[in-house]
Amino acid sequence: MIVISGAKALTTRGWLEADVAIEDAKITHVGVAPDGEHSRIDGTGMILGPAFVDLHTHLREPGESWKEDIETGTAAAARGGYAAVVAMPNTDPAIDRGEVVDRVVARASAVGQVAVALAGALTSGRAGEEMSRLDEMYDRGVRIFTDDGDSVGNAGLLRRIMTYLKDRGDVVVAQHAEDPALSAGGHLNEGMASQTLGVLGIPASAETSVIARDLELVADVGIHYHVQHLSTARGVELVRQAKQAGLPVTAEVTPHHLTLTDADIRELDTNLKMYPPLRTPSDRAALVAGLSDGTIDAIATDHAPHAESEKDVPFEEAPRGVTGLETAFPLGLAALSGDLDAVFERMSITPARISGLSRHGRPIEVGAPANLVLVDPLRKWKVGSFASRAANSPFAGWELEGEVMATIVEGKLVYGDGA
Amino acid sequence: MSLVDVASLSPRQIESVLDRAAEMRELGRTTQYAGRTVVPMFFEPSTRTRMSFDLAATNLGAQLLAFDHKTSSATKGETLRDTARTVGAMGPDLLIVRHVSAGAPEAVQKWSGKPVLNAGDGRRAHPTQTLSDLLVIRDRFGDFSGVHVGLVGDIVNSRVARGLLSSFPRLGGRVTAIGPSTFVPRAGGWQMSSTSDFDSIIGELDVVYLLRVQKERGGGLGYPSDGEFHRRFGLNQERSHRLKPDCVIMHPGPINRGVEVSSDVADGPSSVILDQVAAGVPIRMAAIAMTLDGHL
Repeated sequence: MIVISGAKALTTRGWLEADVAIEDAKITHVGVAPDGEHSRIDGTGMILGPAFVDLHTHLREPGESWKEDIETGTAAAARGGYAAVVAMPNTDPAIDRGEVVDRVVARASAVGQVAVALAGALTSGRAGEEMSRLDEMYDRGVRIFTDDGDSVGNAGLLRRIMTYLKDRGDVVVAQHAEDPALSAGGHLNEGMASQTLGVLGIPASAETSVIARDLELVADVGIHYHVQHLSTARGVELVRQAKQAGLPVTAEVTPHHLTLTDADIRELDTNLKMYPPLRTPSDRAALVAGLSDGTIDAIATDHAPHAESEKDVPFEEAPRGVTGLETAFPLGLAALSGDLDAVFERMSITPARISGLSRHGRPIEVGAPANLVLVDPLRKWKVGSFASRAANSPFAGWELEGEVMATIVEGKLVYGDGA
Repeated sequence: MSLVDVASLSPRQIESVLDRAAEMRELGRTTQYAGRTVVPMFFEPSTRTRMSFDLAATNLGAQLLAFDHKTSSATKGETLRDTARTVGAMGPDLLIVRHVSAGAPEAVQKWSGKPVLNAGDGRRAHPTQTLSDLLVIRDRFGDFSGVHVGLVGDIVNSRVARGLLSSFPRLGGRVTAIGPSTFVPRAGGWQMSSTSDFDSIIGELDVVYLLRVQKERGGGLGYPSDGEFHRRFGLNQERSHRLKPDCVIMHPGPINRGVEVSSDVADGPSSVILDQVAAGVPIRMAAIAMTLDGHL
């Protein structure tokens, strides 16, 4: 039995200062722990809640394990307070059929430190030309489908996939919104930064034109549509209007888009290069406002590890993406102005609901699965080493406020003292 | 010590390079830098800039160590980092880098541990071109204060335009961007005015700086056809009659005759295009010398 004592806990009855006891992957006591020999975690002054769930993680398996693999990627997740991640399908080969799902699931159950749910590709090989093996993947539990890394550009194909998947009531069609005709050759936001740094920019309309078109398809077909890594003020507005119109739409935003802007790219530091690019300060403000008013449902990391040698090249040649699992909590906490209810809502409860991970994102109660995170929201720490294989974080060297102290997955301490 | 972008030079530093270049122009040749090794590392083709740097280094008495991108290990898949480390390990005194990617010169400097002169990096910077342009303008007008430069054409994709935009206003001059909106930076931040009506402003300009049009992403151009561009923005004989009498015409080359400028105007009395080329040699002598001396 593990007992976490002294923490303020987010329970089904609200915030309670209570001991929480765990046995056999379940929460067995909330209140006073029974006497006896326990493995104790002192949570005095800390916060205990449902562990985080990441809707957007690149574990790089199969095919790119020099960047990250399931073992190191899930170790990074554990360190970041996550008990579950949704792994993106832009692997090599792509996760686009049952056989690849089986391989990844087998690896994840062998070496994964946290639960790994898979997102399946919408199109075969993520090539945007024909449907992937949607049923094979659905039958193996895949509930989120996306060609992340690329948009499905062909509206006819996307509409057909949406219509086909609609027969299954509980799936999400997620879109990486990027029209390559508008983004090609661009490496950061089109604006003053792209001008002064002398690098071709990516206009906001590369994102918003895809979202606007897709929302028309959603209005037509009626299927849960999820906007991945929203980055623009105009995109937030489109999602807001769609929700007001009653469309089944959700959206996520990354910690880096909530924190940084293109004005932070003073030098061509490749650890500030990702898609979508960091936008303007007014875009960032709209993202923060959209997250706090619920237009944006979830914080998702888009954890995108790359090897040091891949990033240590000129900006235009560097691959897109930054790591994020290990720094998400303090950045989300800051973006939400220290509102812990909102943090658990946007980083745990809602992403668990969107991804259909019913064992996760549940406020604490007796009998619930023990997927928990213990955080100290006031503790300051300096971003230095990483559990991830990669170190391409824009926040290396930053001092952040709010630290993950322990992560428990299905009753097992996977991160923290004694793990 | 390196020179990668005029944007990072103070007005005083810019003037000091121009002064040094003027001295170099008087001097012609020297053996002061004999024994120093300069390595031009050109990762994309360039004839005129390469020749100008070679001549400048030769005029200083420095030893040129040719690095041929086409026959180097870079074509065998060697990374820029490894190439830079390898060349740096040979102990040259200065690397001159041209590369298709913005920021490559600083990267080469970091990896090689050697001073670097940027000879053009993607869309970003080409500082010796900008300094040559500034020398020509200063020669003509005495100083920069109140001098009004009209940049005409593809401003948004041009490192030449960016070089002037990031320096000329700080030196006391004025810049107006002239072109179709597809070619004019939309974001604020540059000290400049802009117009898409060339004829409305042509009579106010002291310098008409014509830019080469570049192919846009997606393959298309930022205008419907060369002929239509020429009618709105091309400097031809008829339009040139509206120029101020002492206005000069500049172009970084190579010229698209009949597109941004007609042949008679390009070769006419107001053109200082060859002066720009000539200024390139003393500017590059000054840049090499000042970098080797640790003054840049």
